[in-house]
Amino acid sequence: MMLLKILFRNAFHNKLRSGLTILGIAVAILAFWLLRTVINSWYSGVEAASTTRLVTRNAISIIFTLPISYQEKIRQVEGVKIVSYGNWFGGIYIDEKNFFANFCVEPRTYFELYPEFVLDPLQKKAFLADRKGFVAGRKLAAKYGWKPGDTVTLKGTIYPGNWDFVLRGIYHGRDKTVDETQFFFHWAYLDETMKMTTPRRSGQVGFYMIGVARPDIAAETAIAIDKVFKNSLAETLTETEKAFNLGFIAMSEAIVTAIQMVSFVVIIIIMAVVANTMAMTTRERTGDYAIMKTLGFGAKEITILIFGESLVITLTGSLIGMLLTFPAAKVFGQSLATFFPVFLVSEKTLYYDLLAAFLIAFLAAIIPTRHAIRIRIADGLRRIG
Amino acid sequence: MAVPISYSFHNLWKRRLTTILTVSGMALVVFVFAAVLMMAAGLQKTLVETGSSDNVVIVRKGSTSEVMSGIERNSASIVEMLPQVAIDAEGLRLVAKESVVLIALQKRGAEKTASHSNVVVRGVQLQSLPLRPQVKIVAGRMFRMGSSEVIVGNSIAKGFQGVGLQGTLNWGMRAWTVVGIFDAGNTGFSSEIWGDVDQVMQAFRRAVYSSLIFKLQNPDDFSAAKTSLESDPRLTLEAKRETRYYLDQSEMMAKFLRILGMSLTIIFSIGAIIGAMITMYSAVANRTAEIGTLRALGFRRRNILIAFLVESLLLGFIGGCVGLFFASFMQFITISTVNFQTFSELAFKFTLTRGIFLESMFFALIMGLTGGVLPALRASRLKIVDALRAV
Repeated sequence: MMLLKILFRNAFHNKLRSGLTILGIAVAILAFWLLRTVINSWYSGVEAASTTRLVTRNAISIIFTLPISYQEKIRQVEGVKIVSYGNWFGGIYIDEKNFFANFCVEPRTYFELYPEFVLDPLQKKAFLADRKGFVAGRKLAAKYGWKPGDTVTLKGTIYPGNWDFVLRGIYHGRDKTVDETQFFFHWAYLDETMKMTTPRRSGQVGFYMIGVARPDIAAETAIAIDKVFKNSLAETLTETEKAFNLGFIAMSEAIVTAIQMVSFVVIIIIMAVVANTMAMTTRERTGDYAIMKTLGFGAKEITILIFGESLVITLTGSLIGMLLTFPAAKVFGQSLATFFPVFLVSEKTLYYDLLAAFLIAFLAAIIPTRHAIRIRIADGLRRIG
Repeated sequence: MAVPISYSFHNLWKRRLTTILTVSGMALVVFVFAAVLMMAAGLQKTLVETGSSDNVVIVRKGSTSEVMSGIERNSASIVEMLPQVAIDAEGLRLVAKESVVLIALQKRGAEKTASHSNVVVRGVQLQSLPLRPQVKIVAGRMFRMGSSEVIVGNSIAKGFQGVGLQGTLNWGMRAWTVVGIFDAGNTGFSSEIWGDVDQVMQAFRRAVYSSLIFKLQNPDDFSAAKTSLESDPRLTLEAKRETRYYLDQSEMMAKFLRILGMSLTIIFSIGAIIGAMITMYSAVANRTAEIGTLRALGFRRRNILIAFLVESLLLGFIGGCVGLFFASFMQFITISTVNFQTFSELAFKFTLTRGIFLESMFFALIMGLTGGVLPALRASRLKIVDALRAV
């Protein structure tokens, strides 16, 4: 108890300096959390992927399509329960800045495959009945103020022209990790239009989404599907949804690695600040330590004092930072919704925060402690300031 | 009379540990700041150098990259006949009809863990080479027209599996042999694979070209060519100067990097400023008696204020120099990543420009100044008698 009291007294002896240090730590912890969360949201698609879904696409690359006739052939493969398909549409809403994912899909099977997209039965019926209808995620609809019945026009980049859609339903996620910023419309709408304008582009599918009966047969089913189309004009590549999403992230690996590295840089910066504070404190208190040594206290007690003080300061700072995390997450989540549809504070990040705090406290105290222990009593007493 | 600068300098030297810690915090911030800006500048420089302002790129209206675009053969013939197209020494028109697709290739590394990325395959015609003077074969030879041979850009040859000389690639039910490696300098072409356009289109079952590139007879003719193309009712095409076209492709990614860099450094700089503030406050506190003496000797409040500001500016300056020193080594690093906008692999170097150098230095000095203002004010406001009494 006595020790704790001394530690707190020492830590807040110079209020201005401790206050500034604590502020610095709080900001650093906040920044560290922000960067980790950005990385986590990058991977959110992987986390949300189901183990019973497979994605089949053209083996050459994602920009090549597959014929619609593959649907029946895939359905015949053992282990396949349900087959849906769709295309990346890549339409622009008014301006390139308003980016959101827009797909055309075969709606009946697609929503069956994705039970996490919850759609009101009435709205679902209206969507299925209207070939020009579309379904938007809750966040997306809220962002642009769309209400059921509204007409929305997308400018096609891959499929030229202006495309009109009518909002028929708004889905919401079954849990927090579901992306609520997507836009789905009927594959048939795209295909019928292509048949009229550019017949060679009709009957083409960007990807097949496949539901398998059990997760443990997913790998074998994927191999079996690819075997069917081996040596054909459009060879396929089938992966689990998780692997498919990971493949996308791997492409921007360099940036993820950079952010990861930078998130450690902020810890090093704050370590320098805390080490600086501790160095000043011990220098000012050299006389005290000399007196303690005279009284018979050993290196152990002095070490505990310095490390304890460093720990008190960093922990206070990180607790404040962690408390600030929650309101900050709300603000950031809203403003970054276009880039990161899912932006959540994970428990793991908070543990990392704590770990970082301990690390900072210990590393920052090492040099000053060595200094304080090594100093000879006479020198310590003689020194002023 | 001003307090000599050596006074500030000696103070920093006297308390080295503190100075080193503060400076290293600032140096790290400057390093991150400069590195991210260098990345954005490198990306932009690479794409700008890819284009040449005499060349015009034609794509389908509304498509943001060649991969998305499609140009029918009859439209292509109309464009070929434009009067603004330059003619070379042999009387041939300097226009190339090209086909651009993406293929997934595996990066170098362990078989299991290496990731895939999208690489541009460009089907070219003989005329494409004089249009891109940057492209030079550095190993092997040029591919023969009409054969399943390809040449590979050096960034791709370095970073991906199976694309070295004599390597074979399989697509479109054929094996393609790599017969040459080309170097296109610091441009996007270094991240591409080139083959004969007719062979490539046949293999990928593409009926249409992706883009047309032609050289202008007279560089000022661009607007004339653009108007006649875009007002032709038979065509739904869009013409852009090649420089503009590639600059547009770098915009989104460069903006992303810049925003990322700015927001990171602003947050980080708070830490570094606090570090400087702590240092300067304690410098003032430790030297109260000295300040009193200086004042008693006749130095004015203003001089004291300036002396302490100079000291903190020195901190910022040293931090900036150290940060930039390390950042300049980043120029030796080439990174390769997918450009979001074109969805294809692009290799580029970190590039340190004069602008980035000045911005980083300015930023470092601002950090030092912000950290030093409050402590310096406190120092200048001390009363002589109180200050002299302090131990």
